[in-house]
Amino acid sequence: MKKQRPVNLDLTTISLPASAKASILHRVTGVAMFIALILVVWAWAVSLSSAEGFELVKSVLTSHFAKFLAWGTITVLLYHVIGGIRHMLMDLGYWEELSSGNTSARVAIGLWIVLAVLAGGWLWF
Amino acid sequence: MVLNQASLKRDGVQDYVSIRATATVLGLYVLFILGFFLVTPEVTYEIWQGLFAQLWMKIFTLLALISVAIHARIGLWQVVTDYIKSSRIRAVVQFLVSVVAFGYVAAGLFVLWGV
Repeated sequence: MKKQRPVNLDLTTISLPASAKASILHRVTGVAMFIALILVVWAWAVSLSSAEGFELVKSVLTSHFAKFLAWGTITVLLYHVIGGIRHMLMDLGYWEELSSGNTSARVAIGLWIVLAVLAGGWLWF
Repeated sequence: MVLNQASLKRDGVQDYVSIRATATVLGLYVLFILGFFLVTPEVTYEIWQGLFAQLWMKIFTLLALISVAIHARIGLWQVVTDYIKSSRIRAVVQFLVSVVAFGYVAAGLFVLWGV
């Protein structure tokens, strides 16, 4: 049965609460990781194939572009893990209210940004 | 009774449990690998190869890759059923997801076999 009801899915006109941002980030990072895994599995396979393969991956990872891809992969992974832990805690009954849900989402995103900066520092310096 | 074709031979409870069980495995694997890189001052080929040559690490890695395949299949099904309205395109995307997910497991199996 099709219900006639007003639908407003123009995201540019909707102000997303923190919990909605956390939700969409969890999805985006999940999809991104599934694609990024092609690079991760490649690097892993080559690095374990031989000592030369290991050196090849190491030399590839010295370029800024490769470092950026590695940083991006680690960063999306970090968010997905943080968001995932938040989800599992919500399964246990925490942060289910409007305000606590938004607070935990803000904390998750904040923590992620800090860890993303740290990961960048770790990769480049 | 309505037969839900989209969740053929699967149900919501099974997906719910599977995605969380695999997430737990993957979370532990990520923590382990991250810890390994943070604790090891310089990762050389010998150390790297020695890690994956151990039986428990092969099991842990294969478990993680199978978890990726299960987790991604459920997670991406959730995403594509929300955003891709055409069932034909969605079927193609889900087919590709399954093939790639299988590819990750197969690649992992052969790499681990050779270490």
